[in-house]
Amino acid sequence: MSAVHNEPDHADHAHAEGEAHGSMRDYVIGFVLSVVLTAIPFWLVMSGALADRTLTGLVVSGFAAVQIVVHMVFFLHMNARAEGGWNLLALLFTVVIVVIVLTGSLWVMYHLNANMMPHSAEMAGRAMADMP
Amino acid sequence: MTTPDQTWSFLFGRLTLDALPLHEPIIVATFAAVVLGGVAVVGALTYFKLWGYLWREWFTSVDHKKIGVMYMVLGLIMFLRGFADAIMMRIQQAIAFNGNEGYLNAHHYDQIFTAHGVIMIFFVAMPFVTGLMNFVVPLQIGARDVSFPFLNNFSFWMTAAGAMLVMASLFVGEFAQTGWLAYPPLSGIAYSPGVGVGYYLWALQIAGVGTTLSGINLIATIVKMRAPGMTMMRMPVFTWTSLCTNVLIVASFPVLTAVLALLSLDRYVGTNFFTNDFGGSPMMYVNLIWIWGHPEVYILILPIFGVFSEVTATFSGKRLFGYSSMVYATVVITILSYVVWLHHFFTMGSGASVNSFFGITTMVISIPTGAKLFNWLFTMYRARIRFDLPMMWTVAFMLTFVIGGMTGVLLAVPPADFVLHNSLFLIAHFHNVIIGGVVFGVFAAINYWWPKAFGFRLEPFWGKVSFWCWVIGFWLAFTPLYVMGLMGVTRRLRVFDDPSLQIWFVIAAIGAVLIACGIAAMLVQYAVSILRRDSLRDDSGDPWNGRTLEWATSSPPPAYNFAFTPVVHDLDAWAEMKRTGAPRPADGFRAIHMPRNTGAGIILAGISTVCGFALIWHIWWLAIASFAALLITAIAHTFNYARDFHIPADVVAETEARRARQLAALEGAAA
Amino acid sequence: MSTPADAAALTARYYDLDEHDHPEGGSTMLGFWIYLMSDCLIFAMLFAAFGVLGGNYAAGPGPKDLFDLPLVALNTSMLLLSSITYGFAMLAMQRGQARATQGWLIVTGLFGAAFLGIELYEFAHLIHEGATPQRSAFLSAFFTLVGTHGLHVTFGLVWLGVLLVQIGQRGLIAANRRRLMCLSLFWHFLDVVWIGVFTFVYLMGMLR
Repeated sequence: MSAVHNEPDHADHAHAEGEAHGSMRDYVIGFVLSVVLTAIPFWLVMSGALADRTLTGLVVSGFAAVQIVVHMVFFLHMNARAEGGWNLLALLFTVVIVVIVLTGSLWVMYHLNANMMPHSAEMAGRAMADMP
Repeated sequence: MTTPDQTWSFLFGRLTLDALPLHEPIIVATFAAVVLGGVAVVGALTYFKLWGYLWREWFTSVDHKKIGVMYMVLGLIMFLRGFADAIMMRIQQAIAFNGNEGYLNAHHYDQIFTAHGVIMIFFVAMPFVTGLMNFVVPLQIGARDVSFPFLNNFSFWMTAAGAMLVMASLFVGEFAQTGWLAYPPLSGIAYSPGVGVGYYLWALQIAGVGTTLSGINLIATIVKMRAPGMTMMRMPVFTWTSLCTNVLIVASFPVLTAVLALLSLDRYVGTNFFTNDFGGSPMMYVNLIWIWGHPEVYILILPIFGVFSEVTATFSGKRLFGYSSMVYATVVITILSYVVWLHHFFTMGSGASVNSFFGITTMVISIPTGAKLFNWLFTMYRARIRFDLPMMWTVAFMLTFVIGGMTGVLLAVPPADFVLHNSLFLIAHFHNVIIGGVVFGVFAAINYWWPKAFGFRLEPFWGKVSFWCWVIGFWLAFTPLYVMGLMGVTRRLRVFDDPSLQIWFVIAAIGAVLIACGIAAMLVQYAVSILRRDSLRDDSGDPWNGRTLEWATSSPPPAYNFAFTPVVHDLDAWAEMKRTGAPRPADGFRAIHMPRNTGAGIILAGISTVCGFALIWHIWWLAIASFAALLITAIAHTFNYARDFHIPADVVAETEARRARQLAALEGAAA
Repeated sequence: MSTPADAAALTARYYDLDEHDHPEGGSTMLGFWIYLMSDCLIFAMLFAAFGVLGGNYAAGPGPKDLFDLPLVALNTSMLLLSSITYGFAMLAMQRGQARATQGWLIVTGLFGAAFLGIELYEFAHLIHEGATPQRSAFLSAFFTLVGTHGLHVTFGLVWLGVLLVQIGQRGLIAANRRRLMCLSLFWHFLDVVWIGVFTFVYLMGMLR
């Protein structure tokens, strides 16, 4: 058995630097961005600047998504290096599960309601008319 | 002015003497037996002055091996309770024909089938797999303990606290009569005003804390504590499946916690999540709880797949076939287990598009499982297989589990499910995979790792008796359920009108009796092995010619597991070390840094039990007081910074020298 | 067979002979992060419940009758300010200044308490108007989601207080620094959850 290949990867074992430090610059940038990203959606909704509600909803959700990323990067110091990438992997896995759980529940329950509840008076009326 | 009644209800909430089920002769007899047995055990422990030993060496221990063994003992005790429920149901159903009401009234029978399911999943299967992972994983990765040893002890006691509450419900009050998942509106306050659902909720919440924390602990352990050189793709398969299992635990038990908390709010505060009026939706509960429920079945089976992989490789005497495909299959199952939950309620009425999506994902998830089976078969192909007990259980698993899996794929077809939903076919299916998979796997694991834990093998004769009783008994008990399910018989029935069904239930009951013989033989096996431990002694630490690192140390391993951490160069690290014949280090031992034992875990879990009991019985002052005590104790524990100590180098050297003499004696005897 | 030198080389190859104590708490940050991920799923379930049940007013009041956006904006700013002051506490900790760390922690705690106070005021106001958690599935889901976040903040405040005492007793030792970093993750995580709450509960509620 030659000792040349499969040398143990000591870097793998080395204790990753646990302390993900932020700097003053990071915190200030994060704070300013957060203020802006919070203020705009509040203003959009309170002033009704966009006539279309669906569009406002989409824009507001977009701002929330961006702001979550900002917090992750500047306040939680999330990056691919911390803990050898395990933190980021755990986060991505969680995001996938959260998306599955939220969209799945909404989809399933929406279809249930659509199928099982005669919502509109018209549907209810039709159901009555179908009765012998 | 306060009346005596008001004083009573302030002090004891809903708890009155009527809560003791004195009118149920079966329970009274059980209670008497438990009290007598309990007195005998307590008396014996006191007589032999074992309390101090138990407290110091076991209850407060943070050693992952001892905690693992305690999990297994908890699982075994609860298994006997859960099986007692099972055989009572079988006897009831075998006799309740032609106007005969059987011997269980509806109130009692409904509690039994609920308790059977809850106990078998949460307090038998979960402790068994957690115990196995706890015991084996740190040894397999060459670590000295888990990442958070105190948390490990605390997790165990929280699980035990949940089990305590379930057991208490047998004698004080009642258990839920709702089925094991407690669907509302039946489990809501309007239809279940008693304490049964309260016991259900708090037992699961308290045990759930332990399960989640132990999941976090084992993930951190596997990620951070592997021996040098053990890259991810050099991890033993059992460690891989444990990692995926714990990921599933951490990503699904919070879901259970949340949904049970919402049901608790409905019951205690009067909110309207799952009620029929004020906009609540009972089906939302079903949707949410199965988001936990489906990953849960993979939490149970994945580590067992790991067990079978280790056993197959060891007893075939060669490397596992398709290691990387095994790993990828495990990871794929982990992800896919989150997109199949709706197949538990196809009949709810979400329509064709939703049902077909979840039907297809369910069929897809059977593919990686099938790949695993082929891997095991190819490992066995042309190998010189040793048919010791672990391997016998593995073969029984392969035959049984494949059939259970195939009936599962049948149920994945939504139109078929509309016919079979909630029928005995479903019952037969999931017992087929849980008994044929998890239970057989746990028995394989016990026979496989027992010598590592205690230093002597299990006696094979009674083990084989148990094996044959179990396998034959299983098929006798559950084949009739498949047949009746196809005929349309639904689950959870107490009495029957159609006399032609009776013969099937009688056959199933005979099967259950045979399984009871299997359990008895298993207990005899343990007893005989302990009595004859000297002749079954294994000094080598490696009785099966194992391939992974847990076999590299002595049996039982020293507290620190490895005096020097092994360095890994290949998959199956111990097999390689044996092949190259690397001598054990004989000197240069150093002091070893270890965590200190602590009683904080058992104390916190004890207070949680009291708090749960008070909430169940509406004893509000006690609930508040115990919650405050819980908080204060937890905070006080954080002020204790002295949590570790060193095992001195000369103690390590002496232990290792004893081990060296042991091995030399063995070699001498062989030569 | 093999010479003693070969054997010694083999031993050195397969055993880590020069091993040092593992630094205590090496897994803590990862373990705590995984815990936060599990907590994230609890919130995901509450969001799912709100998403599915949030439109069921049961002929009771809806978001437009109840929500006071300026108040929510004020509340949001409290939490955001507490986030940056916690950041300052961490910077002081990195410089090894125990006093400054404690000072910024106290400021953080005050902002957190202000947040809780405003939230309790809002709840009291709603309940006073008859919009109780029992009134409709929408209100059940609303109170539970926002209240669970508030409970987390409360727990964070208790933890913060305990840490203040512990830093006072022992200074910025390694164990305390680790705990501060865990609380930092926890605190910023709660802020992230709040982004979801004010967006999907309050703002989107007003758009319904």
